[in-house]
This record gives sequence, C-alpha cells and structure tokens, in this order.
Amino acid sequence: MLDVRGIKKVYESKDRTVEAVRDLTFTLQAGELACLVGPSGCGKTTLLKIMSGLLDPTAGEVLLEGKRVDGPPPGMAVVFQEYGRSLFPWMTVRENVELPLKQKKLATARRTELVDESLAAVGLAEAHAAYPWQLSGGMQQRVAIARAVAYEPHVLLMDEPFAAVDAQTRADLEDLIRDLWHRFQVTTLFVTHDIDEAVYLGQRVLILSNSPTVIRDDLPIDLPDERDQLTTRSSPRFAELRARVYEQIHRAKPAAEPVGAGATAVPPSADHGTAEFGA
Amino acid sequence: MTGILRRVGMTIGLPVLLLAAWWFASANSTDFFFPPLSQILESLVDEWFGPRLAADVLPSVLRLAAGYALAAVVAVSLGVLIGTSRTVRGVLEPVLEFFRAIPPPVLVPIFILLLGIGDGMKVVVIAFGCMWPILLNTVEGVRAVDSVLSDTARTYGITGAARLRKLVLPAASPQIFAGLRQGLSVAIILMVISELFAASNGLGFAVVQAQRSFAIAETWAGMLMLGLLGFLLALLFRVVENRQLRWYHGLRRAQRSS
Amino acid sequence: MSGSPAVVSPGSAAPVSDTDALRRAPRRRSMPSAVLGLIGLLALVALVEILPRIGVLPREFFPTSSEIGSSLADLVGQASFWQAVLDTLSGWALGLAIASVAGIVLGILIGSSRFTREFTASTIEFLRPIPSVALIPIAVLLFGSEIESKLLLVVYASFWQVLIQVLYGVQDIDPVAQDTARAYGLGRWARVRYLTWPTALPYVMTGLRLAAAVALILAVTSELVIGNPGLGKLLATAQSSGAIANTYAIVVVTGILGVLVNLVFRAIERRSLSWHPSQRAELPA
Repeated sequence: MLDVRGIKKVYESKDRTVEAVRDLTFTLQAGELACLVGPSGCGKTTLLKIMSGLLDPTAGEVLLEGKRVDGPPPGMAVVFQEYGRSLFPWMTVRENVELPLKQKKLATARRTELVDESLAAVGLAEAHAAYPWQLSGGMQQRVAIARAVAYEPHVLLMDEPFAAVDAQTRADLEDLIRDLWHRFQVTTLFVTHDIDEAVYLGQRVLILSNSPTVIRDDLPIDLPDERDQLTTRSSPRFAELRARVYEQIHRAKPAAEPVGAGATAVPPSADHGTAEFGA
Repeated sequence: MTGILRRVGMTIGLPVLLLAAWWFASANSTDFFFPPLSQILESLVDEWFGPRLAADVLPSVLRLAAGYALAAVVAVSLGVLIGTSRTVRGVLEPVLEFFRAIPPPVLVPIFILLLGIGDGMKVVVIAFGCMWPILLNTVEGVRAVDSVLSDTARTYGITGAARLRKLVLPAASPQIFAGLRQGLSVAIILMVISELFAASNGLGFAVVQAQRSFAIAETWAGMLMLGLLGFLLALLFRVVENRQLRWYHGLRRAQRSS
Repeated sequence: MSGSPAVVSPGSAAPVSDTDALRRAPRRRSMPSAVLGLIGLLALVALVEILPRIGVLPREFFPTSSEIGSSLADLVGQASFWQAVLDTLSGWALGLAIASVAGIVLGILIGSSRFTREFTASTIEFLRPIPSVALIPIAVLLFGSEIESKLLLVVYASFWQVLIQVLYGVQDIDPVAQDTARAYGLGRWARVRYLTWPTALPYVMTGLRLAAAVALILAVTSELVIGNPGLGKLLATAQSSGAIANTYAIVVVTGILGVLVNLVFRAIERRSLSWHPSQRAELPA
C-alpha cells in the first residue's frame, strides 16, 4: 500500500547543513496499523511530512499504491499534533468534518451520511453544531480524527496526535484509534515518541535511530488483537516488547556508548533526557 | 430590574451630566464663540436634520461610501495577491509603507491638480487615501495564515479558489477588518478635507461656510453633526464586524480564559 | 491610525516546532527582504520617471522623478524649508507630549476602578470616533492660525490613542499580583508605581506609537487647512502658486517624515516589549 524508499532529507540554512533523515525504507501493507517511534528530534515529523507530500525529500521517494507521491495525494489523510491549529475555527464541527468531502465533490446525502457516521464513531454526535474552540483538547482531536475517517482515506498518517493531550484522555483516544481501525480497516501509520503507546497500538513498531535517522528495527507486535489498557499493558509479553523497544532507542543515543561508570558525555543532538522513555 | 436600571444609568449617566453642564453653563452666554447649547441644538434639528440633510449630508456620505467601497475592493484583492507571494511582498512592502505614511490630507492638493475639483476627484482621493491601511493589513493577514491549518488544507486537496474562499480569506478576516476600521477613519477625514478645498456641497463644505460667515451656532451644530456621523459609522462598522467575526471573538475569549 | 495593530491569528499561540522553523527556511537562498524592498523602491522611482514622459500620467501636472528629486534638492538647501520642518515637528512633539501625559494620567485614573471604567465607557465610545477634523471650525474661530489651533487638533486625535491603550494596560494587571501588593501594605501610590505602571508600560508604548503617527497627520493637516506655519502650509503655498514639482517634493518629504516617525516609535516599542510576556496582543485602536 505505502512504499517508502530510501528517503533522505537534508536541511540547508545559512550557517549549517543538517542531515535530518539519512535513509528510511519500509513498506506498509494494506490494512496495517503500524507505529513509528523514535527519540525526540530524530525526524519523525519530517518523515511524516515527506510521506504526506507536504515536504519534498532530498533523495528517495514515497509510493502510494504504486504511484509516486509528489505533493499531497488524494486518498491520504493526516492528523496533526496541534489539533487547535488544524481545525478551521470559523466552521462548526460538522462543517469541519464535511469540508474535505465537499472538496471530493461527493453528493450531499453521502456527505451527511459520512459526517454523521464518523462523528458518532468518535463519540461526538451531539457536538456537531459547536465550534472547535468551544471544545476541550481531547474533543478537538476527536473532531480531527473524525474528519480524517470521514474522508475514507486509503492511508491514515498520525503525527504524535496525543502528545498534547492529558494522560487520561490519551488512553481513551488510543482505544478509539484501535476501534476505528478495526471498524474501517484503514492502513494507519501512527507516529509517537511514547514507547508504551506504540507497543499498545501497533501490529508493528518501526524504531528510528537518532539523527541522522535510519530505521533501527522493525518489530512485529504479537500481542492479541483485542487489547485493553488494563490487561494488555500489564501482560508480560507487553513488558518484553516494551523493553526491547526501549533498549533499541536507548542504544540509538550516542550518550549510551561507552557504557561504563562516569560516562557523562552530552549527546550532540539535543535530547530532552530519558524521562519520556520511562514507564 | 436593578440590573437593567444600573446598566442604563451607567450608559447615559456621564453624557447626560456633561450635556446638562454644557446647557447650564452656556444658558445665558454672551460669548460670541460659545452660544447657548439650546441655540446649537435648535440649529442642529432645524438646519442639519432639515434641508441640509439632503443637500449636504447625503452627498458627502455617498461620496464617502463610494470611495470607501472602491478602496476596500481594490485593497483586499491586491492584498490577497501580494500576501500570497513572499517575493512580491518583499518587493512591495517598503513602497506600500511609504504611501501609507503620507498624511492622507496632503493628497488632496495633488489630486486637485490631476483631477480637478469634481465629485470624481473626491471619490478618488478618498479611495486612494484609505486603501493603504486596508491593503497592508490584508497582506499581513494573508501572510500569517496558520501553517498547520495551511498544511491541513493541502492534505485534503483544498487548493486554488476553494483555498482562497475557505481558508485564506476567513483566516485573514480579523486582520482585514482591522485594516478596514483604520481605513474608515481615514476616509472620513478625507471626505471632510476634500470638501474644504473645492466643493459646492457637502457636510465639510457647509460647516466651513457657516464658520466663515460666522454663523456660530450653525458651525457648532455642524461639528456635532460630523461627530454624530463619525459615531454612527463606527457603530455600524462594529455591528458588521461583530457578526462577521463572531467566531474570532469566541476563539479569543476561549484562549484568554485558558 | 497609521499603526497596524497585530491581531492574534487563530491558534498561533501554540509553540512552533523545530521542524516547522527548519521547513520554512528556504532551500534556495532567496534574496534578503532588504534587497527586495530596495528593488521595489527603485522600481517606483523608475516608474515615476517614465510614466509622465510617455504620457500615461499627465506631464503637465505630474512631474518625473528627476524633477521631483531636483525640487527636493533645492528645498533641502532653503532655510525656509527647514524652518517649516521644525514648525511641523515642534507642533507634533508638543501636542504628542500633552496628549500622552493626559492620556496616561486619565487612563490610570479611569482604569483604576470598575465604576469609573463603566461610567465613562459610553462617553469614551462616543467621543472617540469623532473625526478630529470636525474641530477645525472651532479651532479656527478661537485661535485663527496660531499654534493653539494646531495643538487642539493634534491633542484631541492623539489623546484617544494613548487613553485607549492605557485602559487596556491597566485592565491587564494580574489580580493576584494586586492582592499580593495590598497584602504587603503597599499604599495607593506605591501600587501605581510598582504594579500599575510596569504592567501598563508596554501598552503605553503602543499607544505612543499610534498617537505619534496620528499626531503627525493632524499637524500637517492643520497646517494645510488652517494655515499654521509648517510643511502643510508650505505645501498649500506651493500648490496654489503652481510650483508643481515642489508640491510633489513636499508630499514626498511628509511621507519620509511619516516613515521615520513610524520606525523610531516601533523601535522604542519593541525595546520596551522585549521583557514582556509575548502573549500580549496589541489590540486594535
């Protein structure tokens, strides 16, 4: 379904050249739910922007259903982290969700059907006449998700969508994603910096290295298909997988080598501590 | 009940006090320049709301409306075009800022040279003078469209005219309205000034005529009329703006309270 | 009136990620905006040189850049020109100073209590939009072309700009800070000095910038219409005596003056804002 081949991205500014992404190659199968995880600043958002056609790579290409991505392709929907800025504040929730469908030139009846269905699926059927800024952060992100789902995309990209949301809401939204994925069978790539989230959600976890970024590992998640926050997260297999991912990421950071007493080297690529990879 | 009473009291309290003070202070005035308020109000009602309304006030307001509308259409259209291209913006910005910095009344002698003293000149000078704040604010509004919103629109294939209608213009509208408000002030000033130089009718013309012939009460009344006009136009503007920008005011309220 | 009030773009308070900033950095090194701007200005000069020559603009009433330029050069050499500039600027400065002091004092007084704010709100909303040109007749009647008539116009127009901004500023005071100050027994004047004033200061600067621009416009307008000595009067004389190139040259001078005033006050404002939390949005005047 989605083919990423040899993506490389180099940023050149006045005083320095930054190789954000060195070489990323992987494939998403149709109907898959894959997670992409990596340390901060490793270019996850850059990769997502390249995959969605918002940014051009320096080298390499992305193929969606065999066709080269050159600018945002139809059939792909993106959910951004900054929900407050991705919803149109002058439109109601319903109008927001309907907008891409109008662009697709669907008939009114079909549009209404899709909007109603997706709003109900995210649990916001009653809020359809509200404005985004009247809703809480979690609800706004649900609207963005509903909009993406209503669009009936072939591929859904999500860029750390729950990073700016509180932990309680995040748990609900994670379950919502799995529900929607089961229901609509959309190929989904979920980018996150939260290891637990990646292992909980994905059928597969792609682990990125530090900048300049490559794929360090591609880990199949063999947890049961029916997952829930309480039992899945406390299962031993979950802990094993989680540890595996953590280890990979930890190894990705230069400060981890040499491992020994008194290693105090500060990694050149700014890393905001290991706190976020903690439990 | 007391709530409404209080609000009404607060709203008209000071104005009533001031008017009353003016009335009584000037009641028996023999000062040539400060006639009794009763005379001024009499003139206001008899003359300015009487025959002069159609003869002078109306032509002025029509010229104002024409000039302002012209400026708004031209400035917003140009502003959108200029604002979307970084290069064009960079090239034109100093030029536009220069034109905006020219005190608008100074343009009147120039336009009299170029276009004579007819109605056309007045409309053009009003339009030319008030378009700069509208233009510059539109450019800024278009430039500052949120990047995440813009990316979102791109991913859903919203491009071209649809993007303009559904993304750019609404996103820029708060800034555009700010420019329109500034433009309105300039337009009113130019409406008056253009009539001071060369006119045969108009509010500004009539007030100055009254002043030159030392019809003092009439002059004061004319000034009150101008003040009233300014106030009403500002009020009208605010009503329209509140309707169009209801979403924006709601958004800001939500942001402020968080 | 000539300032451009910043309006908070929807959602723009959110922090911009590093990738955002990097993505916006142009890949091809395009020309810095200073160079682009210069090109624009030069193009304008070239246009004004060519258009009258080829008849698009009436040559008789629209001189070329070179003619305007040489008029300008002549003007700059005349003492009367610089006297006029001085006259304009002194009226501007004096009026601005009076308006600012009045605006700040009244703003702090009115803003200090909810009652005064509410009580004066309707009056301010009515008086504020009154175009200052409406005062021209009474100014002429009372003061003729003495400097007082110019000051009346300048002060009236600029005062509102300062007052409105100060009112916003005083309302911005953190109520927690205010309670703390009171708890520490700070008297009325001490509170104004240590709490009200620093909070209001950035707003005062914004108000000054807006007022400065308006003051210049009214100063020149007064000179033009009423005949106070200054650039406006110089302009009126030039136009009525048919010195066309001179007329345009003086217009250019007023534009340059306006740009300078704007730049200076923007710089002052930015300096005073540098320590202030950036969430403060400049509210439209």
